[in-house]
Amino acid sequence: MADERNFELKIITPDRVFYEGEAVMVEFNTTEGEIGIYKHHIPMTVIIKPGILTITEENDETREAALHAGFVEILPDRVTIMAEIIEWPQEIDLDRAEAAKERAEERLLHKTSETDVARAETALQRALARIETVK
Amino acid sequence: MASMRSIKRRKESVQSTQQITKAMKLVSTVKLQRAKTRAEQSKAYFECMYETVKSMLAKAGTINHPYLKAGESSKKAVIVITSNRGLAGGYNSNVVKLITKNEDLKKEDLKIYAIGKKGKDALERAGYEIAADYSDMIDEPVYIDAMNIANTVLKAFSDGEVGEIYLAYTAFKNTVVHIPQFLKLLPVSGQETETTETKTDADDKLLMNFEPEETEALDLIIPKYITSLIFGGMVDAVASENGARMQAMDSATSNAEEMIDSLALQYNRARQGSITQELTEIIAGAEAIS
Repeated sequence: MADERNFELKIITPDRVFYEGEAVMVEFNTTEGEIGIYKHHIPMTVIIKPGILTITEENDETREAALHAGFVEILPDRVTIMAEIIEWPQEIDLDRAEAAKERAEERLLHKTSETDVARAETALQRALARIETVK
Repeated sequence: MASMRSIKRRKESVQSTQQITKAMKLVSTVKLQRAKTRAEQSKAYFECMYETVKSMLAKAGTINHPYLKAGESSKKAVIVITSNRGLAGGYNSNVVKLITKNEDLKKEDLKIYAIGKKGKDALERAGYEIAADYSDMIDEPVYIDAMNIANTVLKAFSDGEVGEIYLAYTAFKNTVVHIPQFLKLLPVSGQETETTETKTDADDKLLMNFEPEETEALDLIIPKYITSLIFGGMVDAVASENGARMQAMDSATSNAEEMIDSLALQYNRARQGSITQELTEIIAGAEAIS
Protein backbone atom coordinates (compact mmCIF):
# COMPACT_ATOMS: atom_id res chain seq x y z
CA MET A 1 0.00 0.00 0.00
CA ALA A 2 2.60 2.44 1.14
CA ASP A 3 4.76 1.71 -1.86
CA GLU A 4 2.10 2.81 -4.26
CA ARG A 5 1.99 6.28 -2.84
CA ASN A 6 5.70 6.84 -3.16
CA PHE A 7 7.44 8.71 -5.88
CA GLU A 8 11.08 9.32 -6.52
CA LEU A 9 12.38 12.58 -5.13
CA LYS A 10 15.74 14.02 -6.00
CA ILE A 11 17.09 17.33 -4.80
CA ILE A 12 20.27 18.44 -6.48
CA THR A 13 22.39 21.49 -5.77
CA PRO A 14 25.46 22.68 -7.65
CA ASP A 15 27.69 21.28 -4.90
CA ARG A 16 26.10 17.99 -4.01
CA VAL A 17 23.10 15.72 -4.19
CA PHE A 18 21.09 17.12 -1.32
CA TYR A 19 18.42 14.47 -1.06
CA GLU A 20 17.62 11.31 -2.92
CA GLY A 21 14.88 8.93 -1.94
CA GLU A 22 11.24 8.07 -1.87
CA ALA A 23 8.60 10.51 -0.70
CA VAL A 24 4.84 10.51 -0.33
CA MET A 25 4.36 14.21 -0.58
CA VAL A 26 6.52 17.23 -1.07
CA GLU A 27 5.47 20.82 -0.42
CA PHE A 28 7.18 24.07 -1.34
CA ASN A 29 6.61 27.65 -2.38
CA THR A 30 6.53 28.62 -6.06
CA THR A 31 6.07 31.81 -8.00
CA GLU A 32 2.39 30.87 -8.35
CA GLY A 33 1.89 30.08 -4.66
CA GLU A 34 2.48 27.19 -2.32
CA ILE A 35 1.92 23.73 -3.72
CA GLY A 36 1.98 20.18 -2.48
CA ILE A 37 2.70 17.28 -4.80
CA TYR A 38 1.57 13.68 -4.61
CA LYS A 39 2.30 10.88 -7.02
CA HIS A 40 0.66 11.03 -10.47
CA HIS A 41 0.85 14.75 -10.72
CA ILE A 42 0.63 16.09 -14.26
CA PRO A 43 4.03 16.88 -15.79
CA MET A 44 4.88 20.40 -14.84
CA THR A 45 7.80 22.73 -14.41
CA VAL A 46 7.56 25.34 -11.69
CA ILE A 47 9.87 28.04 -10.44
CA ILE A 48 10.77 28.19 -6.78
CA LYS A 49 10.24 31.13 -4.50
CA PRO A 50 11.99 31.26 -1.12
CA GLY A 51 10.07 29.17 1.39
CA ILE A 52 10.04 25.98 3.39
CA LEU A 53 10.33 22.64 1.71
CA THR A 54 8.53 19.84 3.50
CA ILE A 55 9.16 16.25 2.53
CA THR A 56 6.71 13.68 3.85
CA GLU A 57 8.31 10.27 3.85
CA GLU A 58 6.72 6.84 3.81
CA ASN A 59 6.06 6.51 7.54
CA ASP A 60 4.54 9.99 7.74
CA GLU A 61 7.75 11.46 9.00
CA THR A 62 8.42 14.92 7.73
CA ARG A 63 11.68 16.66 7.02
CA GLU A 64 12.05 20.35 6.47
CA ALA A 65 14.58 22.51 4.71
CA ALA A 66 14.86 26.11 3.63
CA LEU A 67 14.62 26.28 -0.16
CA HIS A 68 15.56 29.58 -1.76
CA ALA A 69 16.00 29.39 -5.49
CA GLY A 70 15.81 27.00 -8.36
CA PHE A 71 13.15 25.14 -10.27
CA VAL A 72 11.31 21.87 -10.09
CA GLU A 73 10.54 19.36 -12.77
CA ILE A 74 7.49 17.33 -11.86
CA LEU A 75 6.70 14.06 -13.62
CA PRO A 76 4.04 11.53 -12.57
CA ASP A 77 6.51 9.24 -10.83
CA ARG A 78 9.48 11.49 -10.34
CA VAL A 79 10.19 14.95 -8.95
CA THR A 80 13.52 16.63 -9.51
CA ILE A 81 14.29 19.78 -7.59
CA MET A 82 17.16 21.73 -9.08
CA ALA A 83 17.92 23.87 -6.06
CA GLU A 84 20.44 26.65 -6.32
CA ILE A 85 20.32 27.27 -2.59
CA ILE A 86 18.89 24.86 -0.02
CA GLU A 87 19.71 24.22 3.62
CA TRP A 88 18.76 21.80 6.35
CA PRO A 89 17.72 23.55 9.59
CA GLN A 90 20.99 22.63 11.30
CA GLU A 91 22.97 24.39 8.58
CA ILE A 92 21.25 27.72 9.09
CA ASP A 93 22.87 30.52 11.01
CA LEU A 94 19.91 32.05 12.82
CA ASP A 95 21.69 35.25 13.85
CA ARG A 96 22.73 35.93 10.31
CA ALA A 97 19.21 35.34 9.04
CA GLU A 98 17.78 37.70 11.66
CA ALA A 99 20.29 40.36 10.69
CA ALA A 100 19.49 39.89 7.01
CA LYS A 101 15.79 40.19 7.77
CA GLU A 102 16.30 43.49 9.56
CA ARG A 103 18.48 44.83 6.79
CA ALA A 104 15.93 43.93 4.14
CA GLU A 105 13.07 45.43 6.15
CA GLU A 106 15.09 48.57 6.64
CA ARG A 107 15.69 48.86 2.92
CA LEU A 108 12.03 48.35 2.10
CA LEU A 109 10.95 50.86 4.70
CA HIS A 110 13.20 53.66 3.53
CA LYS A 111 12.92 53.30 -0.19
CA THR A 112 14.94 55.61 -2.38
CA SER A 113 15.13 55.68 -6.13
CA GLU A 114 18.21 53.47 -5.97
CA THR A 115 16.63 50.75 -3.88
CA ASP A 116 16.34 47.50 -5.73
CA VAL A 117 12.92 46.58 -4.38
CA ALA A 118 12.78 43.16 -5.99
CA ARG A 119 16.13 42.23 -4.53
CA ALA A 120 15.26 43.47 -1.07
CA GLU A 121 12.00 41.54 -1.18
CA THR A 122 13.74 38.31 -2.19
CA ALA A 123 16.28 38.85 0.57
CA LEU A 124 13.47 39.33 3.07
CA GLN A 125 11.64 36.22 1.90
CA ARG A 126 14.85 34.27 2.10
CA ALA A 127 15.56 35.43 5.65
CA LEU A 128 12.00 34.64 6.71
CA ALA A 129 12.19 31.18 5.20
CA ARG A 130 15.41 30.50 7.07
CA ILE A 131 14.02 31.69 10.39
CA GLU A 132 10.80 29.78 9.89
CA THR A 133 12.64 26.56 9.07
CA VAL A 134 14.71 26.69 12.23
CA LYS A 135 11.59 27.19 14.35
CA MET B 1 84.96 18.01 -23.00
CA ALA B 2 83.41 20.36 -20.45
CA SER B 3 85.28 20.77 -17.24
CA MET B 4 84.41 18.75 -14.19
CA ARG B 5 83.34 21.82 -12.26
CA SER B 6 80.88 23.03 -14.85
CA ILE B 7 79.32 19.58 -15.24
CA LYS B 8 78.95 19.30 -11.50
CA ARG B 9 77.35 22.71 -11.28
CA ARG B 10 74.92 21.86 -14.07
CA LYS B 11 73.98 18.63 -12.37
CA GLU B 12 73.29 20.42 -9.12
CA SER B 13 71.09 22.96 -10.84
CA VAL B 14 69.09 20.23 -12.57
CA GLN B 15 68.77 18.48 -9.25
CA SER B 16 67.28 21.50 -7.54
CA THR B 17 64.91 22.04 -10.44
CA GLN B 18 63.85 18.45 -10.09
CA GLN B 19 63.11 19.01 -6.43
CA ILE B 20 60.84 21.90 -7.34
CA THR B 21 58.98 19.99 -10.03
CA LYS B 22 58.61 17.06 -7.66
CA ALA B 23 57.11 19.30 -5.00
CA MET B 24 54.79 20.92 -7.53
CA LYS B 25 53.67 17.52 -8.67
CA LEU B 26 52.82 16.53 -5.12
CA VAL B 27 50.93 19.75 -4.52
CA SER B 28 48.91 19.43 -7.69
CA THR B 29 48.17 15.78 -6.92
CA VAL B 30 46.60 16.81 -3.64
CA LYS B 31 44.74 19.67 -5.28
CA LEU B 32 43.59 17.39 -8.04
CA GLN B 33 42.04 15.00 -5.54
CA ARG B 34 40.04 17.82 -4.02
CA ALA B 35 39.05 19.35 -7.34
CA LYS B 36 38.08 15.94 -8.66
CA THR B 37 35.69 15.26 -5.81
CA ARG B 38 34.14 18.67 -6.30
CA ALA B 39 33.79 18.13 -10.02
CA GLU B 40 32.17 14.77 -9.43
CA GLN B 41 29.76 16.17 -6.88
CA SER B 42 28.59 18.99 -9.06
CA LYS B 43 28.41 16.81 -12.13
CA ALA B 44 25.02 15.52 -11.01
CA TYR B 45 23.55 19.01 -11.08
CA PHE B 46 25.29 19.89 -14.30
CA GLU B 47 24.01 16.83 -16.12
CA CYS B 48 20.56 16.93 -14.64
CA MET B 49 20.21 20.56 -15.61
CA TYR B 50 21.27 19.76 -19.14
CA GLU B 51 18.84 16.86 -19.38
CA THR B 52 16.00 18.85 -17.89
CA VAL B 53 16.41 21.85 -20.11
CA LYS B 54 16.78 19.63 -23.14
CA SER B 55 13.70 17.61 -22.37
CA MET B 56 11.83 20.76 -21.49
CA LEU B 57 12.63 22.30 -24.82
CA ALA B 58 11.69 19.09 -26.58
CA LYS B 59 8.37 18.85 -24.79
CA ALA B 60 7.57 22.49 -24.91
CA GLY B 61 7.37 22.28 -28.68
CA THR B 62 7.87 25.46 -30.59
CA ILE B 63 8.12 28.33 -28.22
CA ASN B 64 9.14 31.64 -29.54
CA HIS B 65 11.53 33.05 -27.05
CA PRO B 66 14.40 35.54 -27.36
CA TYR B 67 16.81 33.11 -25.65
CA LEU B 68 16.12 30.49 -28.31
CA LYS B 69 17.20 32.49 -31.32
CA ALA B 70 20.34 34.41 -32.11
CA GLY B 71 20.38 38.11 -31.42
CA GLU B 72 20.77 40.62 -34.19
CA SER B 73 24.25 41.70 -33.22
CA SER B 74 27.07 39.94 -35.05
CA LYS B 75 29.19 40.12 -31.89
CA LYS B 76 29.86 36.96 -30.01
CA ALA B 77 30.62 36.73 -26.33
CA VAL B 78 33.07 34.01 -25.38
CA ILE B 79 33.66 33.03 -21.78
CA VAL B 80 37.17 31.64 -21.63
CA ILE B 81 38.14 29.56 -18.63
CA THR B 82 41.87 29.06 -18.13
CA SER B 83 44.15 29.12 -15.10
CA ASN B 84 45.94 31.89 -13.27
CA ARG B 85 49.22 30.01 -13.18
CA GLY B 86 51.37 28.45 -15.83
CA LEU B 87 53.50 25.32 -15.81
CA ALA B 88 50.56 23.16 -16.70
CA GLY B 89 51.76 21.83 -20.02
CA GLY B 90 49.47 22.63 -22.93
CA TYR B 91 46.48 23.30 -20.70
CA ASN B 92 46.12 27.03 -21.26
CA SER B 93 47.31 27.20 -24.84
CA ASN B 94 44.89 24.45 -25.87
CA VAL B 95 41.95 26.53 -24.69
CA VAL B 96 43.31 29.66 -26.36
CA LYS B 97 43.82 27.72 -29.59
CA LEU B 98 40.14 26.82 -29.61
CA ILE B 99 39.48 30.48 -30.25
CA THR B 100 42.44 31.61 -32.33
CA LYS B 101 42.40 28.58 -34.63
CA ASN B 102 38.63 28.56 -35.15
CA GLU B 103 37.96 30.01 -38.56
CA ASP B 104 34.30 30.76 -37.90
CA LEU B 105 35.28 33.26 -35.27
CA LYS B 106 36.44 36.60 -36.52
CA LYS B 107 38.72 38.48 -34.20
CA GLU B 108 36.81 41.75 -34.38
CA ASP B 109 33.48 40.05 -33.64
CA LEU B 110 34.54 38.58 -30.34
CA LYS B 111 34.15 39.87 -26.86
CA ILE B 112 36.14 37.86 -24.37
CA TYR B 113 34.96 37.34 -20.83
CA ALA B 114 38.08 35.93 -19.27
CA ILE B 115 38.23 33.69 -16.23
CA GLY B 116 41.90 32.97 -15.65
CA LYS B 117 44.84 35.25 -16.21
CA LYS B 118 46.78 33.05 -18.65
CA GLY B 119 44.02 32.94 -21.23
CA LYS B 120 43.30 36.60 -20.83
CA ASP B 121 46.94 37.58 -21.36
CA ALA B 122 47.35 35.35 -24.40
CA LEU B 123 44.19 36.63 -26.07
CA GLU B 124 44.95 40.22 -25.20
CA ARG B 125 48.35 39.86 -26.82
CA ALA B 126 46.72 38.38 -29.91
CA GLY B 127 44.55 41.48 -30.17
CA TYR B 128 41.17 40.27 -28.94
CA GLU B 129 38.78 42.52 -27.09
CA ILE B 130 38.60 41.67 -23.40
CA ALA B 131 35.20 42.73 -22.13
CA ALA B 132 35.70 41.62 -18.57
CA ASP B 133 38.19 39.81 -16.39
CA TYR B 134 37.09 37.49 -13.61
CA SER B 135 40.45 35.89 -12.98
CA ASP B 136 40.18 35.77 -9.18
CA MET B 137 37.23 33.45 -9.36
CA ILE B 138 39.04 30.43 -10.71
CA ASP B 139 41.07 30.03 -7.51
CA GLU B 140 38.01 28.94 -5.59
CA PRO B 141 34.95 28.53 -7.83
CA VAL B 142 31.70 29.25 -6.02
CA TYR B 143 28.23 29.24 -7.45
CA ILE B 144 27.58 32.93 -6.72
CA ASP B 145 30.47 33.92 -9.00
CA ALA B 146 29.06 31.88 -11.85
CA MET B 147 25.74 33.58 -11.25
CA ASN B 148 27.31 37.02 -11.55
CA ILE B 149 29.06 36.14 -14.78
CA ALA B 150 25.88 34.64 -16.19
CA ASN B 151 23.95 37.79 -15.33
CA THR B 152 26.56 39.97 -16.99
CA VAL B 153 26.60 38.06 -20.27
CA LEU B 154 22.83 37.66 -20.32
CA LYS B 155 22.45 41.39 -19.86
CA ALA B 156 24.79 41.97 -22.79
CA PHE B 157 22.66 39.52 -24.77
CA SER B 158 19.32 41.11 -23.95
CA ASP B 159 20.72 44.60 -24.49
CA GLY B 160 21.68 43.52 -27.99
CA GLU B 161 25.43 43.98 -27.44
CA VAL B 162 26.13 40.39 -28.34
CA GLY B 163 24.17 37.97 -30.49
CA GLU B 164 25.57 34.68 -29.29
CA ILE B 165 27.29 33.39 -26.19
CA TYR B 166 29.95 30.68 -26.09
CA LEU B 167 31.94 28.97 -23.41
CA ALA B 168 35.50 27.72 -23.88
CA TYR B 169 36.84 25.48 -21.14
CA THR B 170 38.57 22.18 -20.51
CA ALA B 171 36.30 19.26 -19.74
CA PHE B 172 37.60 16.83 -17.17
CA LYS B 173 37.12 13.24 -18.29
CA ASN B 174 39.54 11.58 -15.91
CA THR B 175 42.94 12.24 -14.38
CA VAL B 176 44.81 11.90 -17.66
CA VAL B 177 42.21 12.93 -20.23
CA HIS B 178 41.13 16.54 -20.43
CA ILE B 179 39.37 17.81 -23.51
CA PRO B 180 39.29 21.47 -24.46
CA GLN B 181 35.71 22.29 -25.37
CA PHE B 182 33.85 25.04 -27.13
CA LEU B 183 30.20 25.15 -26.17
CA LYS B 184 27.39 27.31 -27.41
CA LEU B 185 25.38 28.66 -24.49
CA LEU B 186 22.98 30.98 -26.24
CA PRO B 187 20.84 30.77 -28.25
CA VAL B 188 19.86 27.45 -26.75
CA SER B 189 19.20 24.75 -29.28
CA GLY B 190 17.86 21.42 -28.18
CA GLN B 191 20.07 19.12 -30.21
CA GLU B 192 23.67 20.27 -30.38
CA THR B 193 25.68 17.73 -28.42
CA GLU B 194 24.15 14.31 -28.12
CA THR B 195 24.69 13.07 -24.62
CA THR B 196 23.10 10.21 -22.74
CA GLU B 197 19.94 9.32 -24.57
CA THR B 198 18.48 7.16 -21.86
CA LYS B 199 15.07 7.07 -20.23
CA THR B 200 13.86 9.99 -22.32
CA ASP B 201 11.75 7.87 -24.63
CA ALA B 202 8.89 7.40 -22.22
CA ASP B 203 9.09 10.96 -20.99
CA ASP B 204 8.95 12.41 -24.45
CA LYS B 205 5.35 11.46 -24.86
CA LEU B 206 4.24 13.54 -21.91
CA LEU B 207 3.36 17.10 -22.58
CA MET B 208 5.10 19.43 -20.22
CA ASN B 209 3.10 22.14 -18.52
CA PHE B 210 4.69 25.31 -17.36
CA GLU B 211 3.69 27.34 -14.43
CA PRO B 212 4.11 30.28 -14.97
CA GLU B 213 3.67 29.99 -18.73
CA GLU B 214 6.46 28.96 -21.09
CA THR B 215 8.05 32.27 -21.96
CA GLU B 216 8.14 33.42 -18.39
CA ALA B 217 9.39 30.08 -17.11
CA LEU B 218 12.17 29.98 -19.69
CA ASP B 219 13.06 33.53 -18.74
CA LEU B 220 13.79 32.23 -15.27
CA ILE B 221 15.22 28.83 -16.12
CA ILE B 222 17.61 29.71 -18.91
CA PRO B 223 19.74 31.98 -16.68
CA LYS B 224 19.97 29.13 -14.17
CA TYR B 225 20.93 26.80 -17.00
CA ILE B 226 23.67 29.15 -18.18
CA THR B 227 24.88 29.63 -14.62
CA SER B 228 25.09 25.91 -14.07
CA LEU B 229 27.04 25.43 -17.28
CA ILE B 230 29.49 28.16 -16.34
CA PHE B 231 29.85 26.78 -12.84
CA GLY B 232 30.30 23.27 -14.15
CA GLY B 233 32.87 24.60 -16.59
CA MET B 234 34.78 26.29 -13.80
CA VAL B 235 34.82 23.25 -11.56
CA ASP B 236 35.86 21.02 -14.45
CA ALA B 237 38.54 23.48 -15.50
CA VAL B 238 40.10 23.52 -12.04
CA ALA B 239 40.26 19.74 -11.98
CA SER B 240 41.73 19.68 -15.51
CA GLU B 241 44.26 22.36 -14.63
CA ASN B 242 45.61 20.37 -11.73
CA GLY B 243 45.53 17.18 -13.73
CA ALA B 244 47.45 18.83 -16.54
CA ARG B 245 49.95 20.31 -14.14
CA MET B 246 50.44 17.00 -12.42
CA GLN B 247 51.21 15.33 -15.75
CA ALA B 248 53.49 18.15 -16.86
CA MET B 249 55.40 18.09 -13.60
CA ASP B 250 55.61 14.33 -13.65
CA SER B 251 57.26 14.31 -17.04
CA ALA B 252 59.47 17.24 -16.03
CA THR B 253 60.63 15.26 -13.02
CA SER B 254 61.44 12.19 -15.08
CA ASN B 255 63.21 14.31 -17.71
CA ALA B 256 65.30 15.82 -14.97
CA GLU B 257 66.07 12.34 -13.74
CA GLU B 258 67.32 11.40 -17.21
CA MET B 259 69.45 14.52 -17.44
CA ILE B 260 70.95 13.88 -14.03
CA ASP B 261 71.86 10.36 -15.07
CA SER B 262 73.57 11.45 -18.26
CA LEU B 263 75.34 14.31 -16.46
CA ALA B 264 76.54 11.88 -13.80
CA LEU B 265 77.97 9.71 -16.55
CA GLN B 266 79.69 12.70 -18.16
CA TYR B 267 81.02 13.81 -14.81
CA ASN B 268 82.49 10.40 -14.03
CA ARG B 269 84.09 10.20 -17.45
CA ALA B 270 85.61 13.63 -17.01
CA ARG B 271 86.86 12.64 -13.55
CA GLN B 272 88.40 9.44 -14.86
CA GLY B 273 89.90 11.38 -17.74
CA SER B 274 91.49 13.92 -15.47
CA ILE B 275 92.90 11.22 -13.18
CA THR B 276 94.40 9.37 -16.15
CA GLN B 277 95.86 12.60 -17.41
CA GLU B 278 97.37 13.47 -14.03
CA LEU B 279 98.89 9.99 -13.77
CA THR B 280 100.40 10.22 -17.23
CA GLU B 281 101.86 13.60 -16.31
CA ILE B 282 103.38 12.28 -13.09
CA ILE B 283 104.84 9.22 -14.80
CA ALA B 284 106.21 11.33 -17.61
CA GLY B 285 107.74 13.70 -15.04
CA ALA B 286 109.28 10.82 -13.07
CA GLU B 287 110.75 9.31 -16.23
CA ALA B 288 112.24 12.62 -17.23
CA ILE B 289 114.03 12.91 -13.87
CA SER B 290 115.48 9.37 -13.83
